[in-house]
Amino acid sequence: MRPILLQGHERSLTQIKFNADGDLLFTCSKDNVINVWFSHNGERLGTYEGNNGTVWTVDVDPLSKFLVSGAADNTLRLWSVSTGKCLYTWEFPTAVKRVAFNDKGTQVVCITEQRMGHQCAIRVFEINAEGDGTKQSKEPLYMFNPIGSKATVCAFTLTPNVVITGHESGKVALFNVKTGEEIDSNERAHSDVVTDLQMSKDWTYCITSSKDKAARIHDTKNLMVIKTFNTETPLNSAALAPNRPFVLLGGGQEAMSVTTTSLRQGKFETRFWHKVFEEEVGRVKGHFGPINTIAVHPAGTSYASGGEDGFVRVHHFDDSYFKAKPYGDLEIIE
Amino acid sequence: MPEASSAIDDNIDYSDIESKYQVQYDDGFDNVLVVDGVPVIDKSKLERLLAKVTKEFSKKGVSVKQDDIFMPWDNASGKSKGFMFIEFRNVDDANLALATIHNHPFDAKHTFKANRFTDIERYTEMDETYVEPKLENFEPREHLRAWLADPQGRDQYVTYRGDEVLIQWHGKPSQCEVAHKPDWKDFLYVAWSPLGTYVATLHRQGVRLWGGLSWQPQQRFAHPLVKLIDFSPCEQYLVTWSNEPIVVPERAVQGPQYFSPDDEGNNIAVWDIKSGDLLRTFSTQTDGEPHSAKKQMQWPALKWSPDDKLVARITPGQMISVHELPSMFLHGKKSLKIEGVVDFEWCPLGDKDKEDSVAANGSTAKSSKKVQENMLVYWTPEVANQPARVTLLAFPSRTILRQKNLFHVTECKLFWQNQGDFLCVKVDRHTKTKKSIFCNLEIFRMREKDYPVEVVELKDTVLDFSWEPKGERFAIVSSNDPNLGNPGPGVTIKTDVSFYQLDHGKNDFRLLRTLPSRTSNAIRWSPRGRHVVLATVGSSSKSELEFWDLDFNSDDAHRKESQADWGSGIQLLGSADHYGVTDVEWDPSGRYLATSASAWTHTLENGYAIWDFRGQELVKHIQDRFKQFIWRPRPVTLLSKEKQKQIRRNLREYSRAFDEEDAAEESNVSAELIALRKRLVDEWNAWRTLRMKEVGEERHHKLQGKDDAKEEIEVWVDEVIEQIEEIIIE
Repeated sequence: MRPILLQGHERSLTQIKFNADGDLLFTCSKDNVINVWFSHNGERLGTYEGNNGTVWTVDVDPLSKFLVSGAADNTLRLWSVSTGKCLYTWEFPTAVKRVAFNDKGTQVVCITEQRMGHQCAIRVFEINAEGDGTKQSKEPLYMFNPIGSKATVCAFTLTPNVVITGHESGKVALFNVKTGEEIDSNERAHSDVVTDLQMSKDWTYCITSSKDKAARIHDTKNLMVIKTFNTETPLNSAALAPNRPFVLLGGGQEAMSVTTTSLRQGKFETRFWHKVFEEEVGRVKGHFGPINTIAVHPAGTSYASGGEDGFVRVHHFDDSYFKAKPYGDLEIIE
Repeated sequence: MPEASSAIDDNIDYSDIESKYQVQYDDGFDNVLVVDGVPVIDKSKLERLLAKVTKEFSKKGVSVKQDDIFMPWDNASGKSKGFMFIEFRNVDDANLALATIHNHPFDAKHTFKANRFTDIERYTEMDETYVEPKLENFEPREHLRAWLADPQGRDQYVTYRGDEVLIQWHGKPSQCEVAHKPDWKDFLYVAWSPLGTYVATLHRQGVRLWGGLSWQPQQRFAHPLVKLIDFSPCEQYLVTWSNEPIVVPERAVQGPQYFSPDDEGNNIAVWDIKSGDLLRTFSTQTDGEPHSAKKQMQWPALKWSPDDKLVARITPGQMISVHELPSMFLHGKKSLKIEGVVDFEWCPLGDKDKEDSVAANGSTAKSSKKVQENMLVYWTPEVANQPARVTLLAFPSRTILRQKNLFHVTECKLFWQNQGDFLCVKVDRHTKTKKSIFCNLEIFRMREKDYPVEVVELKDTVLDFSWEPKGERFAIVSSNDPNLGNPGPGVTIKTDVSFYQLDHGKNDFRLLRTLPSRTSNAIRWSPRGRHVVLATVGSSSKSELEFWDLDFNSDDAHRKESQADWGSGIQLLGSADHYGVTDVEWDPSGRYLATSASAWTHTLENGYAIWDFRGQELVKHIQDRFKQFIWRPRPVTLLSKEKQKQIRRNLREYSRAFDEEDAAEESNVSAELIALRKRLVDEWNAWRTLRMKEVGEERHHKLQGKDDAKEEIEVWVDEVIEQIEEIIIE
């Protein structure tokens, strides 16, 4: 099917997220605005304005009530999804690079950048869902500084107070947020900076992408690498497709060298790999810059990709995607 | 002292130690040479002779003082005895003199014969009784064509990537494997010899040949800083070229395999491959016009006749020099003086010619049948009122077989069909105003009496021309693109590709078909003919490959087209794309095509791909710093014509066996793959069920933990009653 082109941003995309129902798509970019779209037709529902710098990251809670965003203006903001109002703002010494809700939507974890003498910090906030949501505690529930290489991505795990992080060095680790203690780590998960980390539907495993041109599926319990997908281009994002045994990988050469090489050279395609066999099964092209972020509809019926070119492309899968059985009748558990 | 010690303990035998440490006395005559062949003179001429001799020696790089020469005299007759003793400063000088002076022609009648003084002493004292030499055990060498005995009939290729060379087998998917991984270091590039016997590597010190089953070094040629090499067609000789003129340092090793001071300043060397001997060196600098370096050198600079017996060298504008092998003497002691000659080519030998020559060699007694002479063709441009001229010459008789005059010629290119059946001269002609260029193809039919010429006139510029191997067809790439001639970045020139075939009825070449508006600029015929690949090479935006079959309708190689279906057998089998392709090459069997993108040309997506003749991709490797891909050539088949015919006739039977093999292999591969996938899925599913069970249990625990809270919630349910109140309000 023809993709729906969402042209709501003036600058490159940083992260896109579907809500739990999959009817809404949140996109944020370097142009300081967060957009929300109806995912089925690409109509824009509204914007969340107020950030004074690149919005690096967004996440939405399971009930689609609250939205959190982290931006380069050193703020973490809580928004009301339905009204577009900013409910609360936390300020930090440095930019917020990553935010994520836990599976219940009661807590938010955020990573702040290591800069100007400040260390990279991971904070966890309790979200007070009572009332209109404007009454939030200013102080974080927990805060710690991960030792060693700075964290670039993070997410909660199923175990309470344990987060999984991806680091600049390529390390993937589990931290106890209460104590700041590193429970487990895989130093050689990747050989370059980890660019994305997305959880599976049941939160028992996750996929990471890295500039080292590989994406990997990790068991979130023991950080065992289950699968590896080696591509020929630096990866910026990796997503898991629910209900079908595929992973979606996106990336491309560095934005700074894009102008000097041809389109086909850039490898700006979304790559579909078989989750279990580790084989590439297909590619979808369209972006004319590297793909920065990919998100798949929670029901697995569509996916969206956001690129350095400033566009979001929403693709609804064709029937053939669901019917095709390129590897025969092997039953693969989700 | 030894006596004293032996007296103390005489049980011990010291003879071995004593013999080991015995002082070797220099007998003092190693630096003396005896030179025979000196003119017999009387005393009066002694001064002059000595002066001449010392001069001669110093010319060879050995300095000798007159005082060091002793000439014995026959006192009875008052004349010299015709030999002399020369004492050198040291043994090294003597050795050097021995190598350079021995067999040196002093004048027309006298040739020096040098010997070591110690040798003469030794040989005079030699035991005269004959002792039969022991027969050395024969040690079989590895067969240089061992790769041809591969039971699966696979072809080999060499790849060069980064600093790593790999020699690999190519066959069915399960049969592709590394044949050899050599640890050759520090070389420019690799090259196969034309029959695939050797692989050559170009090092700083010279060329090295490798071969045999275990890739042992076979030969080496010390040409420092060698840049280009060229093998003779029968692999007997090697030509090397370096841009640096040869320098022979003082005290350099001398011998038949090394450069001598005579070779200094030259660039090109000719070597005998089997012995490794240097045959001759040439200079690329033509006399009279020094440092015309701007002009691009032609390579190969020496062109070999197809039988390896003659090699020719052109001095542009002046002459063609033909040398005989293996002496490398100028044939007939004079060059072919041809005013203005630009280029020439030897006529290749066809399969039939080869058979004939073999037959002639086999029965030399009845050499009634004249052995065919070599032929070469050259062309001269227009000068003043003289027309340009293409000349067909027989060699060594130097008789002119055919000449053709041409007018308004800008440039000629000579193309032989590989069997020597046809010669095409591609003539780029200009109009009178010299503003536009068009093209004529002058086709000589070599197998007919008087070599008839036919002209195919074309309006466009022809960029590439290619004969079908062993066939009667040729393909051309022509273009009338206005961008032609001023290439810019991103400009892809539009071209037309046309096929022509010999029409037996009319005995001339007719257009089969034209494929208009393409970008292809390279024609690659399969070595067996029939299949052809059109490629777009060297373009940054297009990189198409088109696989064509010219006899799609007839599956037999022996085709007899009726007039009705002229050109209808041309069929596109498939098209493909290899981004940034720089080289396109068929394997020697014509089954596979290899395309590669070399890091020498650009650095985008370097690597190689192998396709079958239909354009199906079989292998593709994108590798950084990939440089070279070359198929190993195969020698001519040893099967007789009858045998080949028989095989072709029974192809069905053979192919059945191969089909079965293929089917077995396919099912084998897919069975393996299915098993592997099954295993992967099982592993995955096992892990997933384990995790899901755990998660389920955890949830269960949590739910149990929250049971109390749930009851409280039930209390809350009471409040629902208030809803009833609302209903009342309604």
